[in-house]
Amino acid sequence: MNPLKCDYCDKPAVVHEVTVKNGQKNEIHLCEEHAQEAGVALPSHQPINQLLTQFVISQTSKGKAMAKKPCPTCGMTYRRFRQTGNLGCPDCYQAFEEQLAPLIRRAQNGADRHRGKTPRRAGASDDRQLQIRQLVRELDEAVADEQYERAAQLRDRLRGFDPQSPGSKAVAEPDNEPHQSKS
Amino acid sequence: MEFAAHCPWLSDDGPDTDVVMSCRVRLARNLARFPFVGRADEAQRKELCNIARQVVLSSNLADGVIWVDLNHATARDRQLLVERHLISKNLAEANIPRAVAVSGDETLSVMVNEEDHLRMQLLAPGLRLVELVERINVVDDAIEAKVDYAFSPRWGYLTACPTNLGTGIRLSVMMHLPALKLTSEIDRVRRAAKDLHLAVRGYYGEGSESAGDFYQISNQVTLGSSEQDLLREFDQRVLPRIIEYEQHARRMLVEDNATLLDDRIHRALGTLRSARLLGAEEAMKLLSRLRLGVHLGRLPDLDIAAINRLLLQVQPAHLQTYVAADLNSEQLREARATLMRQTLQ
Repeated sequence: MNPLKCDYCDKPAVVHEVTVKNGQKNEIHLCEEHAQEAGVALPSHQPINQLLTQFVISQTSKGKAMAKKPCPTCGMTYRRFRQTGNLGCPDCYQAFEEQLAPLIRRAQNGADRHRGKTPRRAGASDDRQLQIRQLVRELDEAVADEQYERAAQLRDRLRGFDPQSPGSKAVAEPDNEPHQSKS
Repeated sequence: MEFAAHCPWLSDDGPDTDVVMSCRVRLARNLARFPFVGRADEAQRKELCNIARQVVLSSNLADGVIWVDLNHATARDRQLLVERHLISKNLAEANIPRAVAVSGDETLSVMVNEEDHLRMQLLAPGLRLVELVERINVVDDAIEAKVDYAFSPRWGYLTACPTNLGTGIRLSVMMHLPALKLTSEIDRVRRAAKDLHLAVRGYYGEGSESAGDFYQISNQVTLGSSEQDLLREFDQRVLPRIIEYEQHARRMLVEDNATLLDDRIHRALGTLRSARLLGAEEAMKLLSRLRLGVHLGRLPDLDIAAINRLLLQVQPAHLQTYVAADLNSEQLREARATLMRQTLQ
């Protein structure tokens, strides 16, 4: 079998990505050079976890574009985070949320939502955060149990916390909660 | 800096101290409106130290809390704090504004400007994690009453590294596993620990080798479960199995291989009583054998408290403080051997 060529030049492709969206299969084949340009491949001596990180970034559609966009608060870039392992400020979690989520799931045994203690002074009332957390928990359980009607109801109740929605009774939806840091 | 000859967390009066020397709970917290330490500038790091000092000293967190500005502490004092597990090696060696608050009984320490703005920890002898989690929660509440923590409802407490995200809690135990080492089963523990998402580290935590069959075992997952669930899993499901595994290996050694066991223990004692030069690593390895011997009733004339004290005193900064002199590595080896001969005769 002939090796597949890069989508952008005649060199042999070394990176192959197949995604299926809405039943449509989409294949991407890239040579080392174009893969590096897209932020996918790295020199072969790169540790495997960094290769995986790069691969995960490539999985998100906006990943390539977002990878270069710095955190608006502290100017940290996602690339720099990958080199150091540390984020720049609390707002980085929001700025890089899309790229971070798969990495966090990997590091945290699949978890991607906090279920522990909540500070009393989190900038909002205890009750509101407790309610949101309870709703999120119930929503997760409903989805896991394939109770989609109940899930839809819970989702609508969660939307009631969204400041953008009409008739909103509280301040923010959990995922879009503005972070505390304004440095 | 004045320190007692031994650490309270080495006192051997806790539950399961034959296998679990000490336990620790640590919380990672960051202040809102500041960059994380790595990206903060000098002025912000100083401000963080000032805020932390004011908050910690005015919160009545524990009796006799002292504040140590690490930028003004000598290298030996910083190393003493590392050897007593009150600060990390990273914090000792960093070159930025940083500090630590230590309670009078040395069970509580709050590191400032480590990887996160605040790293608060409680230490205790034996397996007492339930008690420590309760106490650290009170400390956390007291600090939180005076500062705004960086927190998001989705991700929980925001930390510089996502591996600490969520609860920011790290539960760890210093385990003494000499029988599993002697019977070459320690690798099975390491593999099982990995499957259970636990980290196995050496005597000084991250980046350190295991010395003298002491292993620090801690939870790696910090997100997605409550503090109580993480505690329950670690304290009631994981640790009892490792403790039982080591105790079983010890029983097997006594029943099937008593001669080998006694040979190792008495050779260790013989070396410690006769050597003229001793490295820290060798000393810890030999003391580890004595510790096993005492717990198995093979060395009735020795007591655990003395051995635990020696485990601390063989460390370089403690040894230099003990002899009240700056020593080079050769002199350290000689002083260490002398200390052993005097103590174990």
